[in-house]
Amino acid sequence: MTQLALVIDLNVCVGCHACVTSCKQWNTSGWAGPMVDENPYGADPTGTFFNRVQTFEVGSYPATETVHFPKSCLHCEEPPCVPVCPTGASYKREDNGVVLVDYDKCIGCKYCSWACPYGVRELDEQQQVMKKCTLCIDRITDQSLPEKERQPACVLACPTNARLFGDVHDPDSEVSVAIRERGGYALMPEWGTKPANHYLPRQKTRMHINEDELQRADNPLTKEDITVYTGEETLDDVTW
Amino acid sequence: MHPAFSVIFLTTLIGAGQGLFLALFTGQLYASIKLIDAQGASFYAVGSALSLGLLIAGLGASFFHLGRPERAWRAASMWRTSWLSREVIVLPMMMGVVFFYGLFHYLGWTQPWFVAGDGALPIDATMVLGFAGVIVAFALFVCTGMIYASVKFLEEWHSPYTIGNFTFLGMASGFMLAAAYSAYLGNHLVGFYGTWAVIFTLLGLGTRIASLIRNATLKHKSTLQTAIGVRHRKIVQKSQGFTAGSFNTREFFHHQSPEFLRLVRIGFLVLVFPLPLLLIGVSYVLESPTLPIAAFVIQYLGLVAERWYFFAEANHPQNLYYQSVA
Repeated sequence: MTQLALVIDLNVCVGCHACVTSCKQWNTSGWAGPMVDENPYGADPTGTFFNRVQTFEVGSYPATETVHFPKSCLHCEEPPCVPVCPTGASYKREDNGVVLVDYDKCIGCKYCSWACPYGVRELDEQQQVMKKCTLCIDRITDQSLPEKERQPACVLACPTNARLFGDVHDPDSEVSVAIRERGGYALMPEWGTKPANHYLPRQKTRMHINEDELQRADNPLTKEDITVYTGEETLDDVTW
Repeated sequence: MHPAFSVIFLTTLIGAGQGLFLALFTGQLYASIKLIDAQGASFYAVGSALSLGLLIAGLGASFFHLGRPERAWRAASMWRTSWLSREVIVLPMMMGVVFFYGLFHYLGWTQPWFVAGDGALPIDATMVLGFAGVIVAFALFVCTGMIYASVKFLEEWHSPYTIGNFTFLGMASGFMLAAAYSAYLGNHLVGFYGTWAVIFTLLGLGTRIASLIRNATLKHKSTLQTAIGVRHRKIVQKSQGFTAGSFNTREFFHHQSPEFLRLVRIGFLVLVFPLPLLLIGVSYVLESPTLPIAAFVIQYLGLVAERWYFFAEANHPQNLYYQSVA
C-alpha cells in the first residue's frame, strides 16, 4: 500500500516561509475554494493556513542553535482525527494514505481538531468547515501534469530542497532512504499516531584536519638536504 | 481549551433534563410500591415537559457550536467509531422517551398490564417507558462524558472521573430541580428528592475532587522536546509563524489569568456543593417553598462555572507549538 508523505530536512531549512506562501497560493486558488482570510489588511489579520514555519532556539547563549520548523498535517498512519468525526467527513484515502476532509460533509463541530495533538487542522472562519493540508491532492493525482510537477506546491517552492515528497512505504523511495540513512524521526511518538511525515535532524558539518596535513612530515627534499641552518630559510619553507 | 458556552449549556442543560426524568421515574417507582405518596398525572406530565424543555434547550445550544448547523443530521452516521455521533443518536431517543412518558401520564394510560413481584409492582406503559428511559438516560450520560474522556490527548479529561462527574452532577441538578418543582407545587416530595439530590451532589463532589487532585499532579506526556524532536533541556520558541491570531490560538487557549481560573474553581466548588446542600437542608427544617428553587438555580449556575473550568483546565498538546508569537 502506498503512503505518500513529506520528509522535512531541518538541517537545510532556512525558515524562509516559501512553503507557507506557495501552499496558501496554490490551495486558495484551487477547485476546493479559497482559504479565507479575515481582516487581511487590518490590525488583527487571521486566515486559514495548511502549513506554518515556526522557529525555536535550542540551548543557552552563546551555545545556541536556531531550528526552523515547518509544520503541516503529518498524514498519520493511525490518524486519531478520523474515527472521532461524527459525519465521516474526515477520512484517510485508501489508495495513497492522504488524510482529507470532505468539505461538503463537514459540520464544523471542531471535534477532529481536539483529537489532533499536532494542531494542524484549522476551521475556516467564513466557510465554517475544517481544513487541513491535502498534500496538494489535486496536483499529485493530476495525470495531465508532467510527472516532475506532480508534487505538493511546498516541495516545488522550497529553495533549499528541505522538503522531500514520496511514498514512505516503498523502501527504495527517496524519502524512505532519507529516513533510514539520515535518522528521520516522527513527532510526538508517545501517542502512537504513526505520522507518515518525518523530519531529518540537524547535523553539524565538521571537518577534521590532521596535523600532518598541515606539516608535511615526509618532505623528500628534507632527507637529501645536508645544509646546516643557522636561522635562515630552510628547504621546508621554500618547498611548502 | 477555550470554553465554548454552547457546549457548556448543552452538557449542563441535558444533564439536568436527564436527572429530572430519572427523578420523576424514581418517584413513580417509589409511589408504585407505596413507599411515598402517589402523585397525580399532571405532576409527571408537567415534570416531563420541563425535562423535555431542558433537553431541547440543550440541543438548541449545541447547534451554536456547529459551523454548519444545517448539516447536523449527518452527525448520526459514524456511530461505530465516534462518541459524538452516538450522543447525536441517543439524545433524540431520550427526548422521545421523555415525551411519551409525559404524554402517557397526561392521557392517563396507566392501567397496569400485569402485576410483577407477587402483587407488589404494577407494570403499566409508563413503567416500561420509565425503565427504558433509565437505560437511555445513563447511555446519554456515558456518551456525553465519553466525547471528552475518549480524547487521549486532553489528559485532564481522559479519565473515568469525567463520566462520573457528568453523571453525578447531572443527576444532582436534576433531583435538585425535582425538589424545587415539588416545593413549588407544595407537595410532600421535597424531602425525598432533596435527600437524593444531596446524595448525588456528594457523589459528584467525590469524583470532582478526585479529578481536581488528579489534574493538579498530572504530568503531560508530550513536551517541547517530543513536539519538535530535538533532545535538549532548554528549547524556547522564538516564533509561531504568524503575529496575529489563528484557529490554533483561539480554540485551544482560554486567554484568562491563572487568578481568574482559581476564582472560577473556588466559585464552582462553593456554588455546586456546600451552598445548595445548606439551602436544601434549611428548607427541610423551615419547610420553605422557595429555598429548594434557590438551591437548584445556585447549583445550576455553579455547574455552568464547573463546566467552564472543565474546559479551561484542559491543556492540549498542540499548545506546545504556540508558546510565543514572535
